[in-house]
Amino acid sequence: MTEPAIATQDIARQFGDFWAVAGVDLEIAAGEIYGFLGPNGAGKSTLVRMLCTLLRPSRGRGLVAGHDVAREPEQVRLRIGVALQDAALDDRQTGRELLDLQGRLYGLRRQERSVRVEQVLRLVDIDTAIDRQIKTYSGGMKRRLDLAAALIHDPDILFLDEPTTGLDPESRAAVWDEVRSLNEQHGTTIFLTTQYLEEADALADRVGIISRGRLAAEGTPDALKRTVGTDVIVAQVESLTDTTLQALRAVPGVDEVVANRHEVTMHADNGAAVMSPVALALHQAGTTVASLTLRTPTLDDVFLQLTGTHLDEASPDGSEHASEHPDRGASHVGATADGGRT
Amino acid sequence: MVSTTHAPTTALRVQARPAGFFVDIASVARRAIRQIPREPEAVIPALIVPIFFYVLNIGALSKITQHAGNFSFKSFELPVAVVFAVTGVTRASALVTDIQNGYFDRLMITPVRRLPLLLGLMTADLALVMALAVPVILVGLAVGVRFHGGVLGMVLFVVLSGVWGLVFTGLPYAIALKTGNPGAVNASTILFFPITFLSTTFVPKPFLQGWLGTVATYNPMTYILQGLRSLIVGGSGIPGPEPTWNASFLAQAVLAVAAFGAISLSLALLALRGRVRRS
Repeated sequence: MTEPAIATQDIARQFGDFWAVAGVDLEIAAGEIYGFLGPNGAGKSTLVRMLCTLLRPSRGRGLVAGHDVAREPEQVRLRIGVALQDAALDDRQTGRELLDLQGRLYGLRRQERSVRVEQVLRLVDIDTAIDRQIKTYSGGMKRRLDLAAALIHDPDILFLDEPTTGLDPESRAAVWDEVRSLNEQHGTTIFLTTQYLEEADALADRVGIISRGRLAAEGTPDALKRTVGTDVIVAQVESLTDTTLQALRAVPGVDEVVANRHEVTMHADNGAAVMSPVALALHQAGTTVASLTLRTPTLDDVFLQLTGTHLDEASPDGSEHASEHPDRGASHVGATADGGRT
Repeated sequence: MVSTTHAPTTALRVQARPAGFFVDIASVARRAIRQIPREPEAVIPALIVPIFFYVLNIGALSKITQHAGNFSFKSFELPVAVVFAVTGVTRASALVTDIQNGYFDRLMITPVRRLPLLLGLMTADLALVMALAVPVILVGLAVGVRFHGGVLGMVLFVVLSGVWGLVFTGLPYAIALKTGNPGAVNASTILFFPITFLSTTFVPKPFLQGWLGTVATYNPMTYILQGLRSLIVGGSGIPGPEPTWNASFLAQAVLAVAAFGAISLSLALLALRGRVRRS
């Protein structure tokens, strides 16, 4: 199959004056796990909501399973499964009732529904709780039921919007297992958004890094990390001056110096060899060092290099929620123009 | 690399397809009806309040009306009790909950047609309000009210009041879909008061004086009550000695329901269209 599962051209979405997604081009092959990594407010959820036909793009084009999300939403809906950010369930149904209703809405016959309910339950491991009302479920169980509901009609493409946000490590690992086994056993294409670099790293064949509504970088996790260099040296310092930065930039073998509050991150191809010169340079610049560490790069380093901030400190106001869920008690006021098109 | 303990799933490849308009309505209605006994707190007041007021009113006011010859106040008031029971009973607040917690989005991602998302809930409402009308009528029968139209009259009575209850839900649904705000939906219940009280709720039309008489003339409730009363006492709609079917009163009641419904359901459909427009 040569046709991409998901393809977008300059897809964009505006809320008032604010461009939540400011033009994104994607091409995701069938059978791929694509991780969309970015902080809160970067535009991840808006993009997912456009691709799963909940929001109309303000500009550009999105094709999912070969169908245009704006012009043929009915065709797209038949082919995708979606688990949105907050597990969207109905507390007063039992898990089985919810899955059965979901099957009915996808036109499955009685026989098909009962077989599929058993199949998805085996996949997501909910067990006997399935006949209890959903209000009795834990957060992890709700998330797994949500995933089961997204799978009931055996979709070709699965969208998972922050599937593990708020889950404990054990539940998170369970969701990861389920995502992998779906992809391996059924060849399901999976588009997942996450703010956790470990998640993108562990699951995704390819990662797209989104910042302020734009795709900042894209590639396999390894290729992205290689753009940072082989090694990363991080110095925690008491105060950061230009003198210190200049001294560090002058150290031979240090490729890039990124300053962020009380922390300096340096990229190097041979970190071990430059550790001593870096320590010396810091000492000579009169900088008090709290810690100095050498490690291999993470996707967070990639994000830091691209945007100048860490993943978990970008957009602390959570403006994504304000701009995308007007019904959930927030207003558009939180969305500022700084993410607008330039 | 996979450390999964799940049994391998023997794949049954199923093909998702649109389920069909009426199947969609039935699916949405099924869920809504299933929820009703799980939140009895939403239904029990709709049953208790009208019976309470009915018994209170006929107890307090029947004596006053005794000098008016054959006038039977308990027959006159039974339609009011039933209208109280069926007006404003709706799944609109459940719909707002769905909108707020994201379940409505989950439904919107499925191939379900958009109109059945509303019509399914209304179907459930119709079933519920007709079910609510029955015990109120039984109380009426227990205190001695008799339908001159017999069983057919009672069936028409339940259907007419049920359809009234249904068209009234258009207003709370319109507000629910337009605002997605539970407070606004709760506030919509105040519409119940002018519609049900500024009418021939307690006294026949000729006795309504001044502005109240004018308002009652234009209030569809006046004609609905008149039609319902004609099914119990016949003829003039005011309890009297000669029970006969009154086609004109029934037609006026149907027209009043239809006129109100044309407005309320249009508002609800407009609000639905706005809600699902994906903007």
